[in-house]
Amino acid sequence: MNARDTVLSRVHDALAIAPPPAVRVPREYRRDRELPAEQKRELLVDRLEDYRATVHQCVAADAATTIAAALGDATRIGIPAALDRGWVAEFGGEVLVDSADIPAARLDELDGVVTGSAVACAETGTIFLDGFSDRGRRALTLVPDLHVCVVALSSVVAGVPEAVARLEPTRPTTLISGPSATSDIELDRVEGVHGPRTLHVVLVLDS
Amino acid sequence: MRVALFATCLGDTLFPDAVKATALLLSRLGQEVVFPPEQTCCGQMHVNTGYQREALPLVDNHAACFADESIDAVIVPSGSCAGSIRHQHHIVAERFGTPALRDQVERSRAKTYELAEFLVDVLGVVDVGATFPHRVTYHPTCHSLRMLRVGDKPLQLLRAVREIDLVELPEADQCCGFGGTFALKNADTSTAMLSDKLRNVAGTEAEFCTAGDSSCLMHIGGGLSRLQTGIGTLHLAEILASTEHAISPKQGALA
Amino acid sequence: MSGTFLGMPAAPPRGSGNLRGAESFPAAARTELANTQMRRNVGKATRTIRDKRVQVTGELPDWEQLRSAGAAIKRDVLSRLPELLEQFEQAVIARGGQVHWARDAAEANAIVTRLVKDTGADEALKVKSMATQEIGLNEHLATEGITAIETDLAELIVQLGEDRPSHILVPAIHRNRSEIREIFLRSMPGVDPDLDDDPTHLADAARRFLRERFVRARVAISGANFGVAETGTLSVVESEGNGRMCLTMPQTLITVMGLEKLIPTYADLEVFLQLLPRSSTGERMNPYTSMWTGVAPHDGPSEFHLVLLDNGRTATLADEVGREALHCIRCSACLNVCPVYERTGGHAYGSTYPGPIGAVLTPQLAGMDTGGSDPNSSLPYASSLCGACFDACPVKIDIPSLLVELRHQHVEEAHFSAEQLMMKAASAAMSTSGRWTAAQRAAQLGRLLGRGGRIRTLPPPGNAWTSARDLPVPPKQTFRQWWDSSEGRAAIDDAHREGGRR
Repeated sequence: MNARDTVLSRVHDALAIAPPPAVRVPREYRRDRELPAEQKRELLVDRLEDYRATVHQCVAADAATTIAAALGDATRIGIPAALDRGWVAEFGGEVLVDSADIPAARLDELDGVVTGSAVACAETGTIFLDGFSDRGRRALTLVPDLHVCVVALSSVVAGVPEAVARLEPTRPTTLISGPSATSDIELDRVEGVHGPRTLHVVLVLDS
Repeated sequence: MRVALFATCLGDTLFPDAVKATALLLSRLGQEVVFPPEQTCCGQMHVNTGYQREALPLVDNHAACFADESIDAVIVPSGSCAGSIRHQHHIVAERFGTPALRDQVERSRAKTYELAEFLVDVLGVVDVGATFPHRVTYHPTCHSLRMLRVGDKPLQLLRAVREIDLVELPEADQCCGFGGTFALKNADTSTAMLSDKLRNVAGTEAEFCTAGDSSCLMHIGGGLSRLQTGIGTLHLAEILASTEHAISPKQGALA
Repeated sequence: MSGTFLGMPAAPPRGSGNLRGAESFPAAARTELANTQMRRNVGKATRTIRDKRVQVTGELPDWEQLRSAGAAIKRDVLSRLPELLEQFEQAVIARGGQVHWARDAAEANAIVTRLVKDTGADEALKVKSMATQEIGLNEHLATEGITAIETDLAELIVQLGEDRPSHILVPAIHRNRSEIREIFLRSMPGVDPDLDDDPTHLADAARRFLRERFVRARVAISGANFGVAETGTLSVVESEGNGRMCLTMPQTLITVMGLEKLIPTYADLEVFLQLLPRSSTGERMNPYTSMWTGVAPHDGPSEFHLVLLDNGRTATLADEVGREALHCIRCSACLNVCPVYERTGGHAYGSTYPGPIGAVLTPQLAGMDTGGSDPNSSLPYASSLCGACFDACPVKIDIPSLLVELRHQHVEEAHFSAEQLMMKAASAAMSTSGRWTAAQRAAQLGRLLGRGGRIRTLPPPGNAWTSARDLPVPPKQTFRQWWDSSEGRAAIDDAHREGGRR
């Protein structure tokens, strides 16, 4: 018998030796929660800042200037091809429009990256990137040291179940809660190891 | 109520004062206390060490002794023995026992209470009329805390004691390291746990460390005695049975 | 297989790999207890994480409901494992992944080795993974001329220090900053010789060392926190971004997953993405979670291999009680609340899986040889049964009950021992009150051993007790003697009268 059939027959045998009862999963935890926009905003900002992301809040009309300010003294940035170009209109440096054939080594030369986001979870301060549209492929938001991520308040949900419900499972998805961090040395938190060491979130209130 | 006292093997043999105090306290609270003489041991040590087969006669004896319809409740001055009766006897009975034993075990477990539980939940008393003019710290034993979920009931009872100087024990919910045969099989690790418990007890500057379980008190008391700390141990029942006329049958577990 | 045809199920075999220490738990613990640096580091770490965990789990009003859901989902997975495994396999293949099955550690190692060699690489990046630690993958790859590079900071510290992990979540927690600096200076190629012991600088050294390796990587190996049967989605939960690097940058990704890591649906992630980070690091959410399904065009690896690992899991599944250990999501909350782990550290357990969950998982995955001195047979006894682990477990594994069950199984299969003799004798003595009162009279002879009300030395095995503790001398009178005495009856009568007056 090949390994697959052997393992599957072992599983069958194990369950035949001690047959398990059928299980009903109780789902009494909070799901489908709705929160007023103002409450979601407050919670998200609190949680993002708690995990040491920098939060900028603005209206859509001011997005470009806010993003330019968040980029600070970066001179070369990358953007996904689908990004709203208006968002980087106020940025004075070089803009690389990403594509699949750009090697990682070139991304490593960028100072930062600007992307959108799919959904954000207020209760945990988590931003979901799903590789679709203006979120960019995974390498783009990983290799550069500064990530400026635009989050529309309308895409913010209350908790984890509400966020997971909005995802498309087949898309490669990354959940980001603050910048990269480690506590491996004496449990002292150090910000920034391999992922972006700086995370700026531009929260657009009226989009 | 007609309540049967389960003395536990350890209480009967080594710590009779704790059991006497329990009997006196329950009598003072108007209960008709009986002591079924056939009782021996709940079998906890056997079950917890892996000897379920050898525990069977003990479970059998215990259930036969206490399942009796004339008994309204079984009171155990030990969190771990009460825990074993409520959470382990049925495992042994299911595995090795007869249907008749399983039935007896079910009846016995349903009416078995740890002392503090019985006082607060069943009798509904918090102030038992005790007086104890000493500085005391309370160690909530693991099985009372996490197996029986007695919560702060023992503390409610202690707070109502007159003239007591009750001090909080730091890191109270940490195990003292007894664990039955664990203290023998893993004596070094057990000692490491005990030393932290002793440090916390000594830091309270209490005269007595109390708890609802003579076995844990034997462990803590054994350490306090070895280090000549001058701190004694007393079962919770001994404090609750103390009155202005008779302050504890005997003070200090090692007396 | 003949078993299948005869309708008689055969007990699946135990696993192999890094699942057995060199000496028994008590012997290893004795050495570890004397390690001052370890005691301090592990003590500080466990206290810190457990405080954080209590705080963030307390924030959720539905924490207990999430635990119940998590436990039930895991129970459901085990009860439907054959169909879910096949569904999972099909979903991964449908999205461009390749699925391999491994009966044991050796087979998994051989599969991964072949896959790495097929890429032509002699170097593979690794994401921290318990499964590959369990099968001893790095050691095996080394014998095949392939260098495995651990990319998690703590795993890198352990690897460069030629050490063993001591904690599921923070494997190098037994080391302090100056030891880590020393390891880096000695073993990290190209390290700045002026490196100091500031954790920020140490982390930065690791960043620079690994960055060029991430950029040039051709193949990476990971474990998986969750595999979704419905969609074929895999998930890795991490903090540093090394996981994202490994899962994104190379052309080829190989994931080794224990077959119990399945969850039925994508939506079930809503439960575990709440349970795991809060129980593990005590954060509301870990910095990074990656989820991928097969191969994504133009995004990440173009080749994806999934190795499904048995290695004793089906043997564990065959135990009606013990199978609950397969619910484990490797959060390490039980380690952080365990008073035994806190003092002995992880190395004393001798297995990839330390702490309370290790004490129940290791003997089930790899077996307890009852012939005599198998270190695994000491693991179920490495607990005072205090129950803190059960309270902390996000999927409600009743570890104390599993420990008691494994002790029972060990005793049932064990050969003759002095302990057995004593336990049988004690059982006989306590099975009737007649014999018991006779034994009590014998115990009262213990009074002869005492001085000043205490016993300070006992013969073996009692000497293990009196090495650090006194024992009270047995009192002159047992409780039942008092109860039957006129003094006892009078005291009870007085108590009734006193009660009546109040």
